Amino acid sequence: MDKTPGIRPRRSWGQRLDRAARHGFPAATTIVGIILLAAPFGLPGQAQLMSAFTLAAVFFWSLFRPASLPPPLTFILGVLADLLGEMPLGTNVLVLLLTQLLVVRSRRYLPQKGFLFVWLVFVAVAAVAALMQWALACLMSWVIYPPIATLAQFLLTAGLYPLLAMGFSQAHRTIAAPERV
Amino acid sequence: MIRLSIPVRQALEKLSLPVLIAAAFGLMLIGKADAVLAVEVRVALADLLSPIYAVMAEPLAEVRGTSADIVGIWDIRAENARLRIENEKLRRWQAAALALEAQNQEFKAQLNWMPPAAPAFTTAPVVADTGGVYARSVLLAVTPPHKVVLGEIAMDDRGVVGRVTEVGSRSARVLLITDINSRVPVTMESGGAHAIMEGTNGALPVLRYWPEGSAPVEGERVMTSAAVGAFPAGLPLGTVHYNADHVPQVYPVADLDHLSIVRLFDYDDTGVEAPDAPPGRKLMQQQPPAAAKGAPVKAH
Repeated sequence: MDKTPGIRPRRSWGQRLDRAARHGFPAATTIVGIILLAAPFGLPGQAQLMSAFTLAAVFFWSLFRPASLPPPLTFILGVLADLLGEMPLGTNVLVLLLTQLLVVRSRRYLPQKGFLFVWLVFVAVAAVAALMQWALACLMSWVIYPPIATLAQFLLTAGLYPLLAMGFSQAHRTIAAPERV
Repeated sequence: MIRLSIPVRQALEKLSLPVLIAAAFGLMLIGKADAVLAVEVRVALADLLSPIYAVMAEPLAEVRGTSADIVGIWDIRAENARLRIENEKLRRWQAAALALEAQNQEFKAQLNWMPPAAPAFTTAPVVADTGGVYARSVLLAVTPPHKVVLGEIAMDDRGVVGRVTEVGSRSARVLLITDINSRVPVTMESGGAHAIMEGTNGALPVLRYWPEGSAPVEGERVMTSAAVGAFPAGLPLGTVHYNADHVPQVYPVADLDHLSIVRLFDYDDTGVEAPDAPPGRKLMQQQPPAAAKGAPVKAH
């Protein structure tokens, strides 16, 4: 959608394709990431890795590129993560949407505080998310799951964020930058 | 696209998140209320993705094999020495096993032993170990005209892996014996006592509910029991080990961390159905329990 009115030449197919690719980059990479992380790499803690990646991606893109990750897409990402991550249906959806709600609300002042502050906020979000997933999973299947998996998930999510954010912000500035047409 | 005025569009954008959050709760309710639907959706997605994983499986196996090789080269000397000793021991066991087998054959021939029918099985590759944070299961790729059914028993080359819980047209899911929702009726080898093996979502399932006075013995083998008809008797599961808290755990014999191919056994065809009891016997069963209890006492 044009934000600046005015007359300009009609865009060529290549330009339009390029724009679409840049616009769709965040959601597409997240979907591919989720599918890849469900493959049998045999990595230790791979299940936790998938949920860490999903949360970090939704947090980052909601903060820096909310136009590329509208809530319905987040919903779909959550459903995919639930189905492939063997979570009770809806738990990831709820956690991701609440994260997005929080991030969108604090978008005005959060990015200016610098990376360290954003990371600290993310650590808090990851803690709440891990606890919530555990509580929901326990509630839905009426079994007390060992909390060690939850702790591992929280630590992995919090610790992995700087690495993922580095990759995401690199992409945000180069291949997925919306302005460079 | 429908043209909306700017305030309406802004209001819609603001509303979409709360509405979707409400929808998430709805999704949870649906998933809880209609478990069959949730399973069907999951199976459909697994069917859709299993070709992708099947394509990826080969290079992945290569990568894993290479990394294992690199680790293996480091301690090849120590490994070699250990293998030599183990080989020596196994050779002695092999001799014993062959002698016993010959003796067994001889006895069976003398007893006119009727062997049970061999179960039918399907072999399938593991394409994804999709165990989530709170679940332990693997996804198998099966080719469309298959005969895999719910409840079949999955085994690798060493022992029981789990049971088939979901079947699609291209994929099947096996709930591993380590999953927290897995319960397997077992027999302990030394005393023949029954117990239940419960998964814990950790690497080692635990034993529970053994009869008074016949606690599991450290190091004994644990096998499936035919107690409730879910498993045939005598399939190898693992060995007992007491942990620091004095809880009997089972070390699975199956290599659950590196599953690549499993066999799915259909024991339904080999199940033994009891013939109809003669009429007199049926009358006996309908008698009040006190009379039924009295019968064996009289017999003694």
